[in-house]
Amino acid sequence: MTTSEPAWPDRLFAVLKAADVRQVGYVPDAGHARLIELCAADPAIRDVVLTTEEEGIALAAGASLGGQRAALLMQSSGVGNCINMLSLIKSCRFPLVLIVTMRGEWAEFNPWQVPMGSMVEPVLRLADVLCYRLDHAEDVPEVATAAVDLAFSGEVAVALLLSQRLIGRKVWVK
Amino acid sequence: MLERRKAIATLLAKRPDDLLIVSGLGSTTYDVASVGDDDRNFYLWGAMGGAAMVGLGVALARPDRRVAVITGDGETLMGLGALATVAVQQPPNLAMVVFDNGLYGETGSQASHARDTVDLAKAAAACGIGLTIEITDEAGLARLAAQLATFTQTLFARVAITPTEPPRVLPTRDGVALKLRFRKAVGV
Repeated sequence: MTTSEPAWPDRLFAVLKAADVRQVGYVPDAGHARLIELCAADPAIRDVVLTTEEEGIALAAGASLGGQRAALLMQSSGVGNCINMLSLIKSCRFPLVLIVTMRGEWAEFNPWQVPMGSMVEPVLRLADVLCYRLDHAEDVPEVATAAVDLAFSGEVAVALLLSQRLIGRKVWVK
Repeated sequence: MLERRKAIATLLAKRPDDLLIVSGLGSTTYDVASVGDDDRNFYLWGAMGGAAMVGLGVALARPDRRVAVITGDGETLMGLGALATVAVQQPPNLAMVVFDNGLYGETGSQASHARDTVDLAKAAAACGIGLTIEITDEAGLARLAAQLATFTQTLFARVAITPTEPPRVLPTRDGVALKLRFRKAVGV
């Protein structure tokens, strides 16, 4: 990747804009800082800061009822907070787009992140959320577009798992 | 204090055309259905703690409509953080109406935190919801019913209800059907 190419958060933002996503719920996260900033700066997107990730699942359901598209940004630990609320998505077959920054894997320094990080994918699969893992920035536009299109056109739940390898360990260094 | 079925009947007797309703699982879903099933109702049958946030999503998506979340004290307590999230957004078209009997009626009437300790209207005010109302009598309820047609800022109303358990009125439990008819009713 040359320096003139956009970083992966900018590429993800472009995918969300192309899909006409209008509500973005998030719990603040270092890995998502750039994407949160881009969403907050866009007058066409309502950025909704959440106290816990499960609020975002219900927000996305409400957005869909009202005819808008939503996406949720969270860290892998936040997936654990969503489990029961995902029954709302499955019971009503709402579209759902989760963008998850992974912790507890590649070069993780905090072992407390490992238990939830290691079960994100199996847990989401059990909840009928289709998972697409991203390890390389160049794959972001194609994979994210495919996942987002699937979610909204097919009314299914998808999660983009942004691996710690993609995000890079330097993000975590103060 | 008010009887819940009389209270919901008063609240929705002159329901404005533009008023969309999200009801919390359990008794408030039955209450809303008891007034008459309506395509503009989205009943939750689960997702406890999610009613306010579903309402927020609808309200943000549809600024041309008013949205009332009608739920109970236990459901509100499970998603208490949503009061803070709603307050940050301050949607002018979202009302939360909490039927507070201080107990968990669905599970054997165990005391909720709201019975002796937690004041939900003060909690909403402390979170920053600008307009919070305590309703304990018919006159207050009639005022709230009128406000549901006219409110222009985020509203939180705690309605003190008696701990009765009237016969259940069960609307459809098919979530996909509820979703599709609600969308159609709002022109999606």
